[in-house]
Amino acid sequence: MERLEIQKTYKIFIGGQFPRTESGRFYSLQNKKGDILANICLSSRKDFRNAVTAARGAFGGWSGRAAFNRSQILYRIAEMLEGRKEQFISELILQGASSKTALEEVTLSIDRFVYYAGWCDKYQALFSSVNPVASSHFNFSIPEPTGVVSVIASEESSLIGLVTAIAPIIAGGNTCVVLASESKPLCAVTFAEVLNTSDLPGGVVNILTGKSDELHSHFSSHMDVNALSYYRKNKSEIKTIKENASLNVKRIFIYDTLDITSDKAQSPYLIFDTQEIKTTWHPIENVGSAKAGY
Amino acid sequence: MSTKIILPDFKNTAVIDQVGVEERVARFTTRSIKKSSKLQGLKLTLSMIDLTTLEGKDTEGKVKQMCYKAVHLHDIIPGLPTVAAVCVYPTMVKTAKDALKGSSVKVASVSTAFPSGQSTREIKISDTKYALENGADEIDMVISRGEFLKGNYNFVFDEIAAIKEACGTARLKVIFETGELSTLDNVRKASDIAMYAGADFIKTSTGKISPAATMPVTLVMLEAIRDYYYSTGRMVGMKPAGGISTSKAALHYLVMVRETLGGAWLSNEWFRFGASSLANDVLMQIAKEATGVYQSLDYFSKD
Repeated sequence: MERLEIQKTYKIFIGGQFPRTESGRFYSLQNKKGDILANICLSSRKDFRNAVTAARGAFGGWSGRAAFNRSQILYRIAEMLEGRKEQFISELILQGASSKTALEEVTLSIDRFVYYAGWCDKYQALFSSVNPVASSHFNFSIPEPTGVVSVIASEESSLIGLVTAIAPIIAGGNTCVVLASESKPLCAVTFAEVLNTSDLPGGVVNILTGKSDELHSHFSSHMDVNALSYYRKNKSEIKTIKENASLNVKRIFIYDTLDITSDKAQSPYLIFDTQEIKTTWHPIENVGSAKAGY
Repeated sequence: MSTKIILPDFKNTAVIDQVGVEERVARFTTRSIKKSSKLQGLKLTLSMIDLTTLEGKDTEGKVKQMCYKAVHLHDIIPGLPTVAAVCVYPTMVKTAKDALKGSSVKVASVSTAFPSGQSTREIKISDTKYALENGADEIDMVISRGEFLKGNYNFVFDEIAAIKEACGTARLKVIFETGELSTLDNVRKASDIAMYAGADFIKTSTGKISPAATMPVTLVMLEAIRDYYYSTGRMVGMKPAGGISTSKAALHYLVMVRETLGGAWLSNEWFRFGASSLANDVLMQIAKEATGVYQSLDYFSKD
């Protein structure tokens, strides 16, 4: 008797768990021939709300970790990706990639995580400064994570688009809610499984699948989101996002012209985008001019 | 009022079917409350909150700030009610009373060696009187759980009656600390004892022990109130306290009150939430209804 293959249910990733969308809606993903590959969750604004709650809850713990420990966890993600390489390659091929480009995309994704793992405890030194001031103060500026970042990831790419968006955000101690590619969502869900086995605390990364035209206004209007990264080219969505962001002065980063497979798509400056510079004035005694008291 | 109430034998109080209670409770959470009825429910919830601070680290400043919040929940949104009361330690009653002068917000004080209740009757009574002399409108007492669990029901009954006498016209809430009573049968028994001993309100928890208020425990107490009302004609209030921090949970509790006791109990005269973080969550939901945008705690005063 021929064995029936067990099909995987592609679910979303919120707070370290894999729920179905609360709305119960889905869309059917098809390949070029029109065969149905899987049913994918069509996430709603309430899924997004839940994800933001999870991301906010995870922020204190994640941003408070030692930078070196964040580095270890990012490296661990790369290790886990490496172990599931074949699965990602076959999913990319299912979604229309050639085996050569699929292999390239997966290896680049792994290498990119290693790249950002290295930066976790180094960008602070690069972007900090000690500032000369004209009073008795030790004055210094350091980058701090901005908070919860919502991300609308690239539509064209499945895995590398997600990795390019997420890695610099979490390397910098932020937490995020990511909308994966609508037409190529398979790797996003599998990537969530990788994250879930990488010592990454639940809620640091939350991944939703669904439509940007339904969700972009919520991604940009939620008052508890501190920044938004947008990797698509839709002009009217960009306009809405910018308008909504003014509600709580969200920081907006539009990466519509960034070539995510190029070297330009990995840089400490991309970590710096979701950092805020905090300056401290620390009073000091004027030791140099102090005299003996007798 | 000289209606004669015949005391029941507390060894024979109603037995609770735990499975049945849990099943009933699960059903309260399935009601769909949306739009204007949700808004109404949220405002009602706000007006039922006993804004609470019961920490060893409480200061006059903290209490004053909380009292300000009690009256000015979120002034950007017009038409919001105030909370029902603030709940503080006896030493903070005077501060709270002064801070709330001119508003209708009541001052409730915990007493009787809160939260453990491990003290002598004299101390408990003088603790209560001290709070009342400083202007407390309501007294939240704790029962002696140790005596209760020993089966010394008369002791518990007499103690509540003695505190009630000390209270005079101030309303008395009796805290069972249901997390320490371990069974629903005990919760029901404690409810009956407290109501017959003169409690104006029965209250689940101090907030210092986990689990605090849960829906099954609250349902058992509400049913005790209903049965007591049927046999004596006297209304007793209910106050779940501790652990209720989301608007959704609060609405579930309102549904439970409505479907167990009826609309007459749906006011802050007969139902209260003992909570500190619930108010902000409700305010965020109200702001969400008003603006259509999900809110952040960053824009709501902490206390």
